[in-house]
Amino acid sequence: MHEWALAEAVITAASEIAEREGLKQVTRVTIRVGELQQVESAILEFALSQLKTARFKRAKFEVETEKARLRCRVCGHTWVFSKRNLDQATLEAIHFVPEIAHAYVKCPNCASPDFEIEQGRGLWLQTVRGVK
Amino acid sequence: MIDPRISIIDERLKEIDRIIAVSSGKGGVGKSLIASTLALSLAKKGYSVGLFDLDFTSPSTHAILGIRDERPKEEKGIVPPRVHGLKYMSITYYSHDLATPLRGADVSNALVELLSTTRWGKLSYLVLDMPPGIGDATLDAVRFIKNIEFLIVTTPSRLAFETVKKLVTLLRALRVPVLGVVENMKMNDSKTIQQETQKLGLKFLEEIPYDSMVEAAIGDPDKLLQTTLADKVKRLCSKILETQASTRLAGEQGRKRKV
Repeated sequence: MHEWALAEAVITAASEIAEREGLKQVTRVTIRVGELQQVESAILEFALSQLKTARFKRAKFEVETEKARLRCRVCGHTWVFSKRNLDQATLEAIHFVPEIAHAYVKCPNCASPDFEIEQGRGLWLQTVRGVK
Repeated sequence: MIDPRISIIDERLKEIDRIIAVSSGKGGVGKSLIASTLALSLAKKGYSVGLFDLDFTSPSTHAILGIRDERPKEEKGIVPPRVHGLKYMSITYYSHDLATPLRGADVSNALVELLSTTRWGKLSYLVLDMPPGIGDATLDAVRFIKNIEFLIVTTPSRLAFETVKKLVTLLRALRVPVLGVVENMKMNDSKTIQQETQKLGLKFLEEIPYDSMVEAAIGDPDKLLQTTLADKVKRLCSKILETQASTRLAGEQGRKRKV
């Protein structure tokens, strides 16, 4: 239930934004999750529904997953992160700390571990909409 | 777009009374050994203590503590296991013995991830084993951990102390409380580091002689606590306990984190 900790972060950050913008009721919150994080959207949405405060009573949470694209800093090769060839323990380690991918994933072209996560990492609060 | 993880960090750390970052200007001065021994000694005094290895690319406290099969529990986040009386957190639970090359942005992201998901609960002290210098981990630790205090470790080398000056300049610019300086691996009775520390207006907290017994105690905390290094660190503990009121006040007045 790592997702629970992330859901708490979303509610806290969205509450700060709502407070700042004077939103009495939040109606829509959109969240983008990097694929590397391997967050279970259903668990995240369930945790959000359990954690929401009065201000979020009418809020709809939309979770969108962003594909993880990696780029090798040595040969420039770009590829898409795939769970194939990674065992369960490795995937779990990457789930908890996505940067750990640098210990397990290598460039498929030149085997370098020095790659950039161009997209598909982290958790982002995209929009917080509501009524004043 | 904002990173919501940052908003929950204060909540995760709110039940921790003091957070002490064991830092240095350069590597190889004994930070990890002092951080581990400090955490173990505080725990022996009866305090509830956590130890968090923030040296993500070159972690070593797991080797000092002799970590084997312990793993964090997953419970609405990550709950660090209790190891030798400490709540202990390290990236090595996930990276094991593999090399984990991380650039600055990766270090920052890993730090935010672990700070936002680790549930320390109530602690009197959280000791941070910092990577050396004034790079991303130091800047981010200062940025994200509101009540952080620094303990600076150096060797008798003037080269090590040169880098301490830069670290102190940065910490002062960021208005972070510095508890003082510890001189480690002393081989003679030179007072140079003590005098240089005082010139900087900082407390010279302890001098620790080079202790050849330490190497054999790596991986065995009970043995580590019987070394001369541990005796000196115990004295250091008492001095840290005394400094509590003044440094915390300075820190609270001086800094307010802005996300």
